[in-house]
Amino acid sequence: VERFVLKYFNLIRTIIAILIGLVISVFLIYLVSKDPAFSLKQFLLGPFLSRGRFSNMIETTSPILFCGLAIAVAFQARQFNVGAEGSLYLGAVVGTAFAVSTRLPFFLHIPLVLLVAAAVGAAWNFIPGILKAKWKASELVSSLMMNYIAYFLGLYLINFHFRDKKAGYLVSLQLPQTAWLEQFIPDTRMHWGIVLSLVFAVLVYLFLYHSTTGYEVRMTGFNEKFARFGGIRVSRVVILSQVILGLIAGVGGMTEVMGIHHRFNWQSSPGYGWDGVVVAIIGRNHPLLIIAASFFLSYMRVGGQVLTLMSDVPAEMVTVIQSIIILLITAEAFLSRWRYGITVRETARKEAAR
Amino acid sequence: MNPLIKSILSPEFGFAILRVMTPLLFPALGVAISSLSGATNIALEGIMIVSACAGVLVSAFTHSLILSLAAGLAAGIALAALLGYFHLKLKADIILAAIALNMFAAGISIVFLFLFTGDKGSTSSLKSQLFPAVQIPLLDRIPVLGPILSGHNVLTYGALVSVFLYWLIIFKTPLGLRIRAVGQNPDAAQSVGINVNRTRMYALLLSGFFGALGGLYLCMGYVSWFARNITAGRGFIAIAAATLGGNMPLGTFLSSLLFGAVNALANYLAPLKVPSEFIQMIPYLATAIALAIYAAQAMRKRRGKIKEHAPGGAS
Repeated sequence: VERFVLKYFNLIRTIIAILIGLVISVFLIYLVSKDPAFSLKQFLLGPFLSRGRFSNMIETTSPILFCGLAIAVAFQARQFNVGAEGSLYLGAVVGTAFAVSTRLPFFLHIPLVLLVAAAVGAAWNFIPGILKAKWKASELVSSLMMNYIAYFLGLYLINFHFRDKKAGYLVSLQLPQTAWLEQFIPDTRMHWGIVLSLVFAVLVYLFLYHSTTGYEVRMTGFNEKFARFGGIRVSRVVILSQVILGLIAGVGGMTEVMGIHHRFNWQSSPGYGWDGVVVAIIGRNHPLLIIAASFFLSYMRVGGQVLTLMSDVPAEMVTVIQSIIILLITAEAFLSRWRYGITVRETARKEAAR
Repeated sequence: MNPLIKSILSPEFGFAILRVMTPLLFPALGVAISSLSGATNIALEGIMIVSACAGVLVSAFTHSLILSLAAGLAAGIALAALLGYFHLKLKADIILAAIALNMFAAGISIVFLFLFTGDKGSTSSLKSQLFPAVQIPLLDRIPVLGPILSGHNVLTYGALVSVFLYWLIIFKTPLGLRIRAVGQNPDAAQSVGINVNRTRMYALLLSGFFGALGGLYLCMGYVSWFARNITAGRGFIAIAAATLGGNMPLGTFLSSLLFGAVNALANYLAPLKVPSEFIQMIPYLATAIALAIYAAQAMRKRRGKIKEHAPGGAS
């Protein structure tokens, strides 16, 4: 057993962190709710209890997964760029603008719209990238500021140029049908964007772990000086990792518009970029683990929505739980004594066997 | 004269700058002192949120300013202590831990709000008290300067005093010397017997103290309620302000003043026929641009120094 623990230590640690988070959420629900048993049931089982909620859970996974993959590429290079939110938002806005002002057959329209959103997202995060690579400006602060700027710029574009004036609230014109991602299961909103997000997960995995550039990205994150010494052009990696981040986030934002509402309707920033940071940390920046992490977060999110609707517990409880979980996961020393003990005993056993 | 220029040249504009600067200067000092110790605290956004929320709730239920001040400070410092514990004791990456704590603050404040008011949006239904405004005798009779400097909220003066306090701490106390030493070279500091982790913890607690004051001002001076997302990124703009100011007292003050002026200007531009989105964008855009210019300057300076030290040497 101990050897098994040692081998999968990080995974086990993550699971323990998640369990602690869930225990705290049970505790919080008992603290807040007047009917804790009912609220708890709604939170934990609610997402599975109806077809609508279950499909909602799958749908919500997709943008979170896109953003998680995006953030993971930058984090693997140790670039703390949190600009997925801005790229997602602005990519979706400009993609929508392009989609409503062009008329093309669907096999051209869909890829072109996605390409536009990807290009806008990539260009947007090129800015923090080049500022970091050229002048060592903190990518964290600049990407944060870019998020705010993207939000207001996007809002302006929709409000003044692509707004559907017939609708009662701030939404864009509807996309022409040729730019819709088909919802392939009747009575749900599951659309091809979900499949695309899984494809991206595999692509990002192949890029990071089976390509030279991906190796350079990971090496730069592992030890920048060593990478430079080994002949890796670090500043190129710094820019590239952040551009890829923007690209993936831009596509993620656009698929939401094309697949769910068929018009841009985010009056406030949807926050998927931050969810991306959360799942990147839970999945330890590994694309395939991030799929599971995204599903888990989406489960918690939908559980939170059910809570808000059905009980007297606010959905923000989920935010509290997720922050505790990622705090525990980032804490290197959390459970490290346990691992240390096992390592010592293992070694002693090996010595004795000799 | 153009009415806009006229209103900008008026003393009221100077007054507005100081008013808008206050919730930037406090967290900027918080970022500065933690940066000096080498453990940059980017959780000021969260610290401001929890202290603002604690302050408003306590004020609404006890009607005591002293108690809400204490509660706000306690909440802010507690969050900073949590960051210190996770970073220094449990070896979490400080940036990731701070991101987590910012989320934690945003969530827990709403949960508490709901717990006490049953309202998930804001506490506008609760009557929060305000820290009082102060007329400074003599000063308020001087033309131009008087209307700019007198009549501010007591915490605005607190912010100005904090700049001096910060200077005092880092340059005139043993703790300040240790903070600077640890920030410059932790190994060297360790070798002469300074406890690096403890020093950084103190710096983080102080940053929590400054941040808490900023949060309290925001909800009990600038406005009189707590609402979701009330900080609007000020804790992050503060990082840029501290960086621009080189983490030094005067520099941080001046850069906060600059950002305050830009924000105040944005408020004054509101009646113009510019889409409001662009006006709301100004503070963030200005921060990004200022950060880029500063970084470029700093890089040029560094390159210059390298050349000086190695004349004709290969690079």
